Amino acid sequence: MSHHIVDLKDVHFCYPDGTEALKGISFRILHGEAVGIAGANGAGKTSLLLSLSAHLIPTKGEISIGEVPLSKKTRQEIRKKVGFVFQRPDDQLFMPSVYEDVAFGPINLGLTDEKVDERVRDALEMVGCLQLVNRPPHRLSEGQKRAVSIATVMAMKPDILVMDEPASSLDPKSRRQLINLLRGFKHTKIIASHDLDLILDVCERCIIIKDGRVVADGLSEEVLLNEPLLEENNLELPISRQHAHYFLRS
Amino acid sequence: MTFDLEYFNIGYLDTLSYKNTFVHRLDPRVKILVSFIFIFFVVSFPKYELAGLIPFFFYPVFLLAVGDIPLKAIAKKVIFISPFAIFIGIFNPLLDTAVILTPFGIPVSGGWISFFSIVIKFILTVSTALLLIAVTSFPGICEGLERLKLPRLFIIQLLFLYRYLFVLLEETLRIVRAREARSFGKRGKEIKTFIRLISILLLRTLERSERIYQAMLSRGFRGEIRVHKSYNLRLQDIVFGVFSVIMFYILRNYDIVYLVGTNLRGFFQ
Repeated sequence: MSHHIVDLKDVHFCYPDGTEALKGISFRILHGEAVGIAGANGAGKTSLLLSLSAHLIPTKGEISIGEVPLSKKTRQEIRKKVGFVFQRPDDQLFMPSVYEDVAFGPINLGLTDEKVDERVRDALEMVGCLQLVNRPPHRLSEGQKRAVSIATVMAMKPDILVMDEPASSLDPKSRRQLINLLRGFKHTKIIASHDLDLILDVCERCIIIKDGRVVADGLSEEVLLNEPLLEENNLELPISRQHAHYFLRS
Repeated sequence: MTFDLEYFNIGYLDTLSYKNTFVHRLDPRVKILVSFIFIFFVVSFPKYELAGLIPFFFYPVFLLAVGDIPLKAIAKKVIFISPFAIFIGIFNPLLDTAVILTPFGIPVSGGWISFFSIVIKFILTVSTALLLIAVTSFPGICEGLERLKLPRLFIIQLLFLYRYLFVLLEETLRIVRAREARSFGKRGKEIKTFIRLISILLLRTLERSERIYQAMLSRGFRGEIRVHKSYNLRLQDIVFGVFSVIMFYILRNYDIVYLVGTNLRGFFQ
């Protein structure tokens, strides 16, 4: 299938204050691929994700999503295709109740009342939070907020799921549930995280960026086990592989 | 630390609104209208009125009792903002010294009467407004206002205010705690650090608003928030509304206290 391809060609982005966040990033993500994005703090991960979800327009270079080139005119169209889960759930959940929050996107897509209701319940069911439907967001725990904010995006049935640090502030069980959930999601996934185990579990491909440039792009199994490369990018071997490593050494 | 307490206090009013009693179940529109009419009747009394105002306590007491709201929660908040009302009336006894009443031979000037009238009106109106929130919940009130055809933009602002009040307070709480943890005694609590603290809060708020806006755009926000919900007026809503308004009208136009007083006197004689 040719649709839902994410294609970046020499993308540059410069903030109005002069900070150059992206300095020529190129890659191509095919339909259904799961890609992890790793890198040190300040490497440009968030800027990259914001431009993928049409919040930042590259100052130079070209992004096309599902063969639609990103520009001011096509922003709305691209946002419909890309579901973006923000790093902080409090930014994502802005309506007074969980139900209204999850319904916000589908209503804006112009669906009928019954369809909206169905989507809300399906999405909450999917993340295991159907019992929270009438609660106000400020009365949820951090993990519940996270799950609900994923539901808000799932309810829009995006073609491409973009997540910024999805597993931060989750307890191990919730994290495991999230990983299973992501594995079950068959569409294209782009996940930025410092949790390399999560990337290893969910994504077959991994891109490492440094200083706004791609420094490695390949199979997660190879990229994330390349110790010198990881060290150079303030990263460490995934914990699940550290043990194996020690066993091999001793 | 008092800030913590204040924070949980605000959250408390919110908690009360999740109860499920007769007044909680009433249609928010009816509650808003009745409370508004109540406030209108209370402030319509002339400035030397005292006795006529007292029977009006039946409405807040009714909300308090039926809504199962603890008196302490409301009383504390009323006292907290009472300085505003007190300062409005505090000079009346000095300016208006004409004696208009002499109960038990003690001369009472008009200034004192009007001062107490202001205070009672204040207690009635403010406690009713607080109780309205406690038995309706803030989003409920916004919904009611929306169905009463108030401008959408205004209501969206109110909803965001409610949603992010808690987030902002939590943020402040964290900053205040962080300062507490590293300041000992008086040091670190000067006005200088306070100014910085406020400016950091402002910057964080601005950044957050940017992110919230992006999150809204991501989900197809194009200038309006649409919610669909259906509410129908039930019989009990109408009965409650009509009955309350009739009561207010009677209490306003007939001197109930006087009538009850003379009847009782006749009974005992």
